[in-house]
Amino acid sequence: MLVVQIKPEEEILPKISSKRLFIFECLGCQEVYFPTKEVEKFIDNLKEEIVGKASLDYLCNREFVKEYIEGYSKQIKKAQIILVFSCGVGVQIVSSLLEDKIVYTCCDTLYLNGFQGLTVQEFNCDQCGECHLNYTGGICPIAQCPKHMLNGPCGGSQGGKCEVDPDVPCAWQQIVDRLAKLRRLDKLEELVTPQNWSVGLISEPPVKRLP
Amino acid sequence: MKTKSKLERVLESGQFAVTGELGPPQSADPEVIRRKAKILKGNVDAFNVTDGQTAVVRMASWAACLIGKEEGLDPIVQMTCRDRNRIALQMDVLGIAALGINNMLCLTGDHQKFGNHPMAKGVYDLDSIQLVKMVKDMRDEKKFQCGEEMAVEPRLFIGAAANPFADPFEYRAARLAKKVAAGADFIQTQIIYNVDKFAEWMKMVRDRGLHEQVKILAGVAPIKSVGAARYMKTRVPGMDVPDSIVERLQGVPKEQVSKEGIQLCVDIINQVHEIEGVAGVHIMAIEWEEAMPEIVEAAGLLPRPKFVTS
Repeated sequence: MLVVQIKPEEEILPKISSKRLFIFECLGCQEVYFPTKEVEKFIDNLKEEIVGKASLDYLCNREFVKEYIEGYSKQIKKAQIILVFSCGVGVQIVSSLLEDKIVYTCCDTLYLNGFQGLTVQEFNCDQCGECHLNYTGGICPIAQCPKHMLNGPCGGSQGGKCEVDPDVPCAWQQIVDRLAKLRRLDKLEELVTPQNWSVGLISEPPVKRLP
Repeated sequence: MKTKSKLERVLESGQFAVTGELGPPQSADPEVIRRKAKILKGNVDAFNVTDGQTAVVRMASWAACLIGKEEGLDPIVQMTCRDRNRIALQMDVLGIAALGINNMLCLTGDHQKFGNHPMAKGVYDLDSIQLVKMVKDMRDEKKFQCGEEMAVEPRLFIGAAANPFADPFEYRAARLAKKVAAGADFIQTQIIYNVDKFAEWMKMVRDRGLHEQVKILAGVAPIKSVGAARYMKTRVPGMDVPDSIVERLQGVPKEQVSKEGIQLCVDIINQVHEIEGVAGVHIMAIEWEEAMPEIVEAAGLLPRPKFVTS
């Protein structure tokens, strides 16, 4: 859990209305910053049925999350949507392990000076401050696409590989495949408006986020 | 008419449009542009000038466009997101419109890794679709991206690119739909050598009714040598060159390869001309502008229509 803030309710609530939910909450970096009270309040206010909730340290640790998913397999099976409260890395881990489930993050990950996560994993979060993972099936077009394409693949994606480095999978091929599997390709027809970079890692001078 | 573009007039009149391409020099020499413009004149309705194609430093697209305009041609400025953030993009949009350039092709841009300055910092503040929308809002709503208003809007005929040969193939028509929804008036496609696959893509485009909302110009290009065909087949991202194309060029004596390459281009123009929903061709005789008059004439696309434009 890097520094996160809860997404606006109007961004989340319409997506989950009257669905059965399973919740993952990461407490890994809570000594740095985790809006514990806000998360609690957000969950308490939900009108939807919550079939289970797992609170764990370090949702960025894949093996650890795998064990939890096995432990909670019955509840997760019942759930229609998995809600995640964590940084972008945790969300990407969960959605990669639950490919046939709709996984939504409730958080935007913000930039934190000098802090890049504790457990090294295959997923990156650029702490861009405006999380797109709900739109892209849990695969990040900011951290994984060299052109930060937000509206689909560029013309150089071929055979599932990125034109910039043929050893690297094209993020957008993965996004399209994942959403096809979830039968949610129609989500990609929406126009995504330009990113607000002023809240992210690239902003200069770096935004100080430690409360 | 949305603009003073000659290309817009040709397309709106329902005539099969022809655009060409003019590669700007890797120098400050204006004579290269004038020479190439003279070759294109009378053979095209408008011409594109690339914007740092393959991320190699060349003369700015708008500057070369202006020189071509002085030669009496209708320029299409290419604008990429690789080197400019939204502030620079909007400043260029205003300047380009003020210079009397009427067409703009909006692109994300080739990644800097491929060019002669791979150490450069890429910008990619916007993607091509967001750029199309921004230019449309500037033109039709008189609004900057931030929402503030302007007094005099840039009257640009807005283009975008489409690559029917990139993956994921099934998503390519959806991506075109997004470009149309964002405000594209015309589309220029990647160079077509695989006509069957292009036809398959056009079917998906027609199934969505997109050919009625946007003017689609099919991209074609002559090939000068067998080596060039092989290079495009293996080294250029997003290209689809079937073996049959390479074999056709290999099948003629060496001194006739370039002639065959021109004939191949003419054949492809004739084939795409027959496909429903194709409104014109974009002929990219890159660094081979001399081939243009022959191609256009052999494809029966002369004379080009005349319109009085300012």
